[in-house]
Amino acid sequence: MNAIEVKNLTKVFGKFTAVDNINFNVKQGEIFGFLGANGAGKSTTIRMLIGILEPTYGDALVSGYSIKNQSDLVKQNIGYMSQKFSLYNDLTVVENIRFFAGIYGLDGKKYEERKEWVLKVADLENMGNVITGSLPGGIKQRLALGTAVIHEPKIVFLDEPTSGVDPISRRNFWDLINELSEGGTTVLVTTHYLDEAEFCNDIILINAGKLIAQGNSQELKSNYIKNPILEIESDRVVDSLEILEKEKWVGETSIFGNYIHVILNDSTINEQHIFQLLQNKNGIAVKRVEKITPTLEDVFIHLIEKDSKKNVQ
Amino acid sequence: MFNRIFAIAKKEMRQLKRDIRMLFIVFFFPVVLLAIFGYAINFDVHHIKIAVYDQDRSEYTRDYISGLISSEYFDLVTYIDNDDQIKKMLDEKIVQAVVVFPKDMSRRLLSKQEVKIQFLVDGVDGTSANVIQNYVNAATYSYSIQLTKEYLAVTGKNLYVPIDLQPRFWFNPDLQSTRFLIPGLMGMILIITAVISISLSIVREKERGTIEQINVSPLSSIEFILGKTIPYIVISLINATIVLLAGYILFGIVIKGNILLLLLGTFAFLFAALSLGVFISTISDSQQVAFQAANVTSLLPSLILSGFIFPIESMPIAIQVLTNITPAKFYIVILRAILLRGAGISAFWDQLIYLGIFGLVFIVLATLVDKKSKNK
Ligand SMILES: Nc1ncnc2c1ncn2[C@@H]1O[C@H](COP(=O)(O)OP(=O)(O)OP(=O)(O)O)[C@@H](O)[C@H]1O
Ligand SMILES: [Mg+2]
Repeated sequence: MNAIEVKNLTKVFGKFTAVDNINFNVKQGEIFGFLGANGAGKSTTIRMLIGILEPTYGDALVSGYSIKNQSDLVKQNIGYMSQKFSLYNDLTVVENIRFFAGIYGLDGKKYEERKEWVLKVADLENMGNVITGSLPGGIKQRLALGTAVIHEPKIVFLDEPTSGVDPISRRNFWDLINELSEGGTTVLVTTHYLDEAEFCNDIILINAGKLIAQGNSQELKSNYIKNPILEIESDRVVDSLEILEKEKWVGETSIFGNYIHVILNDSTINEQHIFQLLQNKNGIAVKRVEKITPTLEDVFIHLIEKDSKKNVQ
Repeated sequence: MFNRIFAIAKKEMRQLKRDIRMLFIVFFFPVVLLAIFGYAINFDVHHIKIAVYDQDRSEYTRDYISGLISSEYFDLVTYIDNDDQIKKMLDEKIVQAVVVFPKDMSRRLLSKQEVKIQFLVDGVDGTSANVIQNYVNAATYSYSIQLTKEYLAVTGKNLYVPIDLQPRFWFNPDLQSTRFLIPGLMGMILIITAVISISLSIVREKERGTIEQINVSPLSSIEFILGKTIPYIVISLINATIVLLAGYILFGIVIKGNILLLLLGTFAFLFAALSLGVFISTISDSQQVAFQAANVTSLLPSLILSGFIFPIESMPIAIQVLTNITPAKFYIVILRAILLRGAGISAFWDQLIYLGIFGLVFIVLATLVDKKSKNK
């Protein structure tokens, strides 16, 4: 059985379709990555899946229960961490834990046990009496995750849990997600960071409310980009890009620091052509040109540009 | 279920403990109101300064004067002995009124002739002037009756007074406005703690996004609202006790009626007020909007439309209908019945029903609005 099955899920706000007829399944116990740009419809989808927003059309089974007719049962089986920090900043750490334990009906020994666990995963073992609002961002996010799963739900939804968090804290946070997943919890997580997507078993990408790609990271890389990609390292990245974009055989381009990634429309083009064009014709020093397998970023930029062009037409 | 409600209530208390602004609204505001209304707006006129121009200097004038100043309404400042001083006394505001006894007063009284006593009142402050006139009328009337009785006693007859006008304000015998104000004040203070604090506290959770976490939990709306309201019910009861104690200590007002009935009425009122507060929280997205809405729908009407200060019977019909928007109106009727008259439930059961209907209407409206917001 799948942990989540989404069928034709649609949400319309007035005349604006925020989520447009999407379908996907999430397997039991996996880490499922949900990717999309700002405003793509990630939060709206999650809010429907956790039963606090009614779908305009379509349905989903979460832990076997319909979000349309059985949202109360859905709620008993899930945990949720919203995009906005949603613990009480004016309560202490332990007061927050006690409150969420309380509304999930945990008490006695069970409560003590789970409280210790949350304090441990948030690295707050001796800081239970600190006011939550005064904690650093990374710690807050782990505390939020800990309290979101204090009742040990089967499925947990994390909406951009690492946005605005420093890289080391993000790493720690992902360790915690992996720990949960190893313990059998299904994790659905939205993110902007594509390196995080690599940690996911399965990924979907949505753009303007529509699902435009799904699969694991390997499948995404091989299924969606057939053309070769060159990585170019040069002195004058911006100038190089301008020159390259004028060529017919250049498809999408993107900049990664000192590198440029170019998706070629013409597979007969090779490294030599690049040196020729940039160095010999335009006098830009090229350090390195290499054929690479696409990164997720290449795939997503490619897909989103393709989708946007389609929408314009 | 009770554990979950309790968890919410405890959390609310903990937050309140650290929220200076809310504590101010909940506890300090009532004290300020109590001080303002208890003392500053005192409708009673006390210790009116008078001067006496006694041209008769008899036993009668002395009796009359002592009758006036034995009440605490009048203080005799000075005797004067010519007409010019009357003007001076009033113009320079040394006194508010001057009593002038005619030269031949005792002679006329003894010869059974009518006597005219002149009372000159500073009319600048119309309300005070009115009150002074009423007091003087009452004092003169009773002295006049006394003289009649004495005269008849001498002639061996008993006085038959066909109509004895006794201008007593029934539920407020000494015309003590403070006494009359306390119930209204209590209604107003409770409506502030109830409507404003509950709506702010729910909207704050919306504003900060913490409500999302509660929405996804198995907690039902009823549990959430009950948990949220319990602390404010407790606070409201504490405030009510403070007002009643202050009423007793400062103004000597005792509760004439049954305490349990008082509690029942207060619960009915809190139900109505909290429902209104919950409704306001469903239609407001920010604390600022909620505060304004709570002010407009509860604080102002409870001051102006509740009968607290302005009697409802003397309002235009349209306004009288409008007065039903404030639950304080019904509560004040209940409070006056219990506190001032010591009346039983038969005197105000209809008010309890109004409060019940009021509360139900707003809870249902709140539920409907809340359902709709799930589609937004
Ligand atoms: N209640 C609402 N009423 C109207 N429009 C809404 C509402 N909620 C969201 N939207 C719109 O729907 C679109 C999708 O929003 P959503 O929050 O789901 O995006 P997202 O993918 O989570 O973006 P982000 O990365 O910024 O969080 C946005 O254009 C947003 O403005
Ligand atoms: Mg979002």
